[in-house]
Amino acid sequence: MKYNVDEWGYYGEFGGAYIPEMMHSNIKLLRDNYLNIINSEDFNKEINSLLRDYAGRPSPLFHAKRLSKHYNTNIYLKREDLNHTGAHKINNTIGQILIARRLGKTRIIAETGAGQHGVATATVCALMGLECVVYMGKLDVERQMPNVLRMKMLGAEVVPVVSGNMTLKDATNEAIRDWINNPNDTYYIIGSVVGPHPYPDLVARLQSVISRELKWQLKEHTGKSDPDYIIACVGGGSNAAGSFYNYLDNEKVNLIAVEAAGKGVKTAETAATIATGSPGIIHGSRTMLIQDEDGQVKEPYSISAGLDYPGIGPLFAALNQSGRVTFESATDEEAMEAAFRLTRLEGIIPALEPAHALAVLDKIRFGLKDVVVITLSGRGDKDMAAYMSYMNRMNNIS
Amino acid sequence: MNRIDELFLCKRNNILSIYFTAGYPELNSTATLIKLLAEGGADMIEIGMPFSDPLADGPVIQRSNETALRNGISLKILFNQLSGIRKTINIPLLLMGYLNPVLRFGIENFCKKCSETGIDGVILPDLPPEIYKKEYSGLFSRNGLYNILLISPRTDNERVRIIDSISRGFVYMVSSSSTTGVKGQFTERQIEYFRRIKEMNLLNPLMIGFGISDNSTFKEACQMANGAIVGSAFIKFLSDKKPDKVLIEGFIDRIRNSSIT
Ligand SMILES: Cc1ncc(COP(=O)(O)O)c(C=O)c1O
Repeated sequence: MKYNVDEWGYYGEFGGAYIPEMMHSNIKLLRDNYLNIINSEDFNKEINSLLRDYAGRPSPLFHAKRLSKHYNTNIYLKREDLNHTGAHKINNTIGQILIARRLGKTRIIAETGAGQHGVATATVCALMGLECVVYMGKLDVERQMPNVLRMKMLGAEVVPVVSGNMTLKDATNEAIRDWINNPNDTYYIIGSVVGPHPYPDLVARLQSVISRELKWQLKEHTGKSDPDYIIACVGGGSNAAGSFYNYLDNEKVNLIAVEAAGKGVKTAETAATIATGSPGIIHGSRTMLIQDEDGQVKEPYSISAGLDYPGIGPLFAALNQSGRVTFESATDEEAMEAAFRLTRLEGIIPALEPAHALAVLDKIRFGLKDVVVITLSGRGDKDMAAYMSYMNRMNNIS
Repeated sequence: MNRIDELFLCKRNNILSIYFTAGYPELNSTATLIKLLAEGGADMIEIGMPFSDPLADGPVIQRSNETALRNGISLKILFNQLSGIRKTINIPLLLMGYLNPVLRFGIENFCKKCSETGIDGVILPDLPPEIYKKEYSGLFSRNGLYNILLISPRTDNERVRIIDSISRGFVYMVSSSSTTGVKGQFTERQIEYFRRIKEMNLLNPLMIGFGISDNSTFKEACQMANGAIVGSAFIKFLSDKKPDKVLIEGFIDRIRNSSIT
C-alpha cells in the first residue's frame, strides 16, 4: 500500500517515535509484536467475535433519504454511533486490550477528550477484568459529565488533569507520564491515530474495519463498492483513518477530512491543525501542530471535546501534503446547525464531532448522481447540554 | 577541549550538576543563577529550555516551565541572556529541554548559537539515540557540541553499550523508571541497577539524575557514578525565595556535606 508506514515508522516525513528512553522498552515491545499479533489467527478469531457479538458490528450503512433530498445528492451514513458505547472508539479498544493481554500487561491507562475513548476503554477493561485509569482534562470532565459517570460506574478511576488548558493534549501528556512511571505492568491504550510509532499504524488498522464493511455494504445498496466521496471528521483522525483506509489506493474515491474550526480558522480559537498548523513534534510524533513561533504548543479550541487537539495523526499530515485527502473545516455554529438538521430530517442525534463532517454538506455542492458516505462516528447523548443551550439561544432569538 | 571533558579529566568523583529552568523564578534570573551556582560550588549546570508539554517531567519542573513561559522566556531570549556568560563562568554549561522548540528555532542555528555562547552540551530526552545519530550527530560535532543521552533501568546492557558508543561527555543515568521529581531514598532495585551499569565500565563518565534530592541520595549516587544531578529539589527550593549567595551556597553545602536541613 502506497500510504503505509515505512519500517522506521514514517509516513513520508511525518511520524516516527520521538520518545524519552524511559518509554523505549515498552514502545519496542509493542513495535516488535503488534503485526504478528494482529495477523494471527487466534487474535482475529477473538476480535471478530467480540466486534460482532459485543460491539454489535457490522455497523449499519443507512441511506439517509430526506437528508439526500435536502442536498440533492445521495447520502449514506456509516452508523458507528450504533456501536456499543456509542462511537467508533470501541473498535480500537477491543483490539488494543487483546494486544495488552498478549503482552502480559494487567493495568490499562488511557487519555480521553470527549470521554468516548475513556468509556470504550473502561468498558473493555470491565469485560476483561483489568484495572483501568483514565486521564481527562478537568475542563472536559466538566463538559462531558455523562461519560465521566459512565466510566466511574464501569469501575475506572478518572483522573482530572489540571495542567495546561486542561483538555485532551494535557490528558495525553499525563497518560504518557503515567506509563513512564509504571513501565512494568501497564499498557497505554491510545485513543486515536496519534502518538509514537507504532500507534498510528496500529490504531488505523484496528479502525479499518469501518471501510472494510463499507465496501460490501455499498455494493449491496448501490451495486458498486466505491463511493464518490467519503467524509469524516478529524480530531486525531482515527474514525477518518478507518473510513478511508481501504480506499486510499483508489484515487477515484474522493476523501474529505473535516477539522474543527472552533470560532473560525482566522481566529486564535480553533482546533483546525492542517489549516493553521506547521510541522512539529507532539506526543512522540512528527506531524502538523498548532504552535507559536517559539515552538510552544498552542491551546486549541473547539466546542467539541473530541476534536479539541492541537495535533493530528502523522498519516493525515502526509495525506494532506500529497493531496490525497482534501481538508475542510467547520465552525462550532456550522456543526450545531448540521447536528439539528440531521436530527430533524432523519431522527438521528449525532455527536458534536461528526456534526462537523455533516456541516460540509453546506459547503460542497455534490452532484445529483454522487454517492456520498459520511461517517457518523458517534451519538449525541454526551452533548445534550451543549445542544440544549444552543436550542435555548435560538429560541430566544426567534 | 570541551569543558565537560576537562571537568571529568580533573575530577572523577562527587561531581555535582544542578538543573534549573531558564526564566524561573523570574525572566531575568537565568544569568544570576548561573553565577551564584558556579560561585557556590556547582561543578556543572544544566539550563532548562522551557516547553509547554514537558513529557518527561514531574509536577515541580512542569510548574517551573509554565511559570517561565508566562514570564516570557524563549530560546531567542535565553541566548541573549547567555551572551557574554563565558567572560566570567568556566564550568560546563548544558541546555536541557525538548526537541520541538529547538527544531522551530532551527537546529543548525541552534547549534551555531550554542557554540557561539559557549554551551558545551545538550540534553533532549525526546530525541532518541537512533534519530540523533542518523540526523544530527554530524551537525553537533561540527559545532563542538555534545549530545548527552539517557539510559533508564529498562535499558538492557546491549542498548547501554550502543548509547555509550554514541555518547560524548557523559552518560545520563536516570535513577528510576520515572519522570523527574523527588522520591525519597533509593530502593534495593535501584542500587542493583546502579551496580549493573557501574560494572559495565562504560567508555563515558556516568552521572545519575532524577530523584537526587538530599545529601544521602547524592552520596549514594556518587558511590555508583562520577556524580549526580539535582533538578526538582533545587527548583522546589527556589520557588519561595529570592536567590542570593548565602542561600545558594547553603543549598549546595547541604547536598554535598550534610543531611541536616
Ligand atoms: C464521536 C467521536 N468522533 C470523533 C472523535 C475524534 O477522534 P478521531 O479523530 O480519532 O476519530 C471523537 C473523539 O473523542 C469522538 O468521540
